[in-house]
Amino acid sequence: MEKISSRFGNFGGQYVPETVMNALCELETSLSDALKDEAFLKEYKYYLKEYVGRPTPLYFAENLTKELKGAKVYLKREDLNHTGAHKINNVIGQVLLARRMGKKRIIAETGAGQHGVATATVAAMFGMECEIFMGEEDIKRQALNVVRMELLGAKVTPVCQGTSTLKDAVNEAIRDWVARVCDTFYVIGSVVGPHPYPFMVREFQKIIGEETRRQILEKENKLPDCIIACVGGGSNAMGIFHAFYEDKSVKLVGVEASGLGLDTKMHAASMAKGSVGILHGMKTMILQDDDGQIMPVYSISAGLDYPGIGPEHAYYKETGRAEYASVTDKEAIDAFLLLSRVEGIIPALESAHAVAYAVKLAPRLSKDSIVIVNLSGRGDKDVETVSNILEGRI
Amino acid sequence: MNRIDRVFMDLRNKGQKALIAYITAGYPDIDATVELVHTISDAGADIVEIGIPYSDPLADGPVLQRAASKALEKGLKVCDVFDAVRRIRERSDIALVFLVYFNTVFRYGVESFIKDSKDAGIDGFIIPDLPLEERSEANGVIKRYGLHHIPLVAPTSHERIKEIVKEAGGFVYCVSTTGVTGERDKLDTDMAAYMEEVKRFTDLPRAIGFGISSPEMVMSLKHHCEGVIVGSAIARLIDDPSSVKDFVKSIKKALE
Repeated sequence: MEKISSRFGNFGGQYVPETVMNALCELETSLSDALKDEAFLKEYKYYLKEYVGRPTPLYFAENLTKELKGAKVYLKREDLNHTGAHKINNVIGQVLLARRMGKKRIIAETGAGQHGVATATVAAMFGMECEIFMGEEDIKRQALNVVRMELLGAKVTPVCQGTSTLKDAVNEAIRDWVARVCDTFYVIGSVVGPHPYPFMVREFQKIIGEETRRQILEKENKLPDCIIACVGGGSNAMGIFHAFYEDKSVKLVGVEASGLGLDTKMHAASMAKGSVGILHGMKTMILQDDDGQIMPVYSISAGLDYPGIGPEHAYYKETGRAEYASVTDKEAIDAFLLLSRVEGIIPALESAHAVAYAVKLAPRLSKDSIVIVNLSGRGDKDVETVSNILEGRI
Repeated sequence: MNRIDRVFMDLRNKGQKALIAYITAGYPDIDATVELVHTISDAGADIVEIGIPYSDPLADGPVLQRAASKALEKGLKVCDVFDAVRRIRERSDIALVFLVYFNTVFRYGVESFIKDSKDAGIDGFIIPDLPLEERSEANGVIKRYGLHHIPLVAPTSHERIKEIVKEAGGFVYCVSTTGVTGERDKLDTDMAAYMEEVKRFTDLPRAIGFGISSPEMVMSLKHHCEGVIVGSAIARLIDDPSSVKDFVKSIKKALE
């Protein structure tokens, strides 16, 4: 058996209790087998096409391009996937793997609720027991997604430890997994966690970049100048970046949430303001105090509200392959409104961060340059939040 | 000789088992922690495990999570814990072990952390999120300072046990069950078989921890091991030092 490396440079690893180490080893072996098995890959591709609706379009945003008066802007429409975001690509892969491993019960964490909804959806389709851990604060902020998960037959368990948000939901899901490691499969929603999760989630998301690369070559007969994606944990970004890793002329930009500003404490920018540490079983860039305690983070977008980032992104940053910028709440909301108005596409607040960066970048580039924005999810879930802001209630 | 080795040697000579008591530093406050170490030491504990509160304690159940977050809310810093250990050492020669999550050590600087721990009077370390695969980040340094890196094994470890106990020191922390820390009414694991499995690979003392809640449970476990670890059950009583003392005494008696 060929071992998959547990590290990306110095980042990654397996900083977890011994109780789950055998399960991680078993997962690695099964994953490694599955990725070499044509039948498994065929099944994965089948569900992505027939159930999720892939390939998603690479849409030329002509109006936005005119508005910005610079580079041509394309949108990779991950918002058109079933359940409304890129999350389901990964969930299909992991749940198929869980079935292959004979696991009966699926658990997952969720922040904004998108990964929870995707997991509950796929679990319903395959008739598996499903439990979703969600911070109490997020349950309040994303009530509609809680109802969706329950309609899909999942049990939603509130987490009230720590800051009662995504980070604590991950902790609680790991604790549950430690306790029921024999019959349970933990479906992590981003390129985070102990090895092999960051690798596995990237493998199940890299289809975004593979399609994008093919599509842009068909449409423009050349590679793009820049690819932009938002990063919380970083799965949609790694999903679109990975296929372009060797294309050194393509600039890769991950956009973090700087919330109320990088000079305040109210942000979630682990690249801009963080340092190397350990969180959720991985060594990566995290937001921590001098004692290594994980700091509370903030963003208007629940999906970016995370004090760490996937270890492969930390590696991309360290080696200079990608750069990481940040966008404030206000810039993201402006981009949310702009895209809705000029293109008739309401983006998720997470994805609006990537759009906001494109709004800043495109005017500075020549008209024959190409910028691709990964539009990771649709914004229906955020309409209430945005309307509250517009009416001055937040 | 390291105090932990001395404890197990003395107990073996007397035909007795070790009582290892866990307390969270700074809960209910750091002065209480110093006093509690003396209290549980007087009540018969052989080794005290001092937990350094961490914001994201993956291996802990609700009781110890709450203890850690209460301590942090009060503003406890890692340097306060080192101070407390120095104060304990002014009056006590009991074996002391840090239970510490790896990010605390990593952020402080591995070498500095181990050195400052030794200078303060710590004898060993339990790092619950530093498994075999990652332990080289701390193992060598700990040994170099003459301290013990106490390994954890779990009922799910099986063939991993052999590698885990290699290069280990002090004792082997045998996690009684899958799951997090916290009291349980009974343990589902076949302890006899599990403890035999551990013994096959090491002569180190075996201490059973996680879920131990009563003297009755200790009576049923003691024949399988060289020590037991009690944590959450003490945390529950922490506001009343005299009941902590009575509880520790009752566990010690059950071990006789």
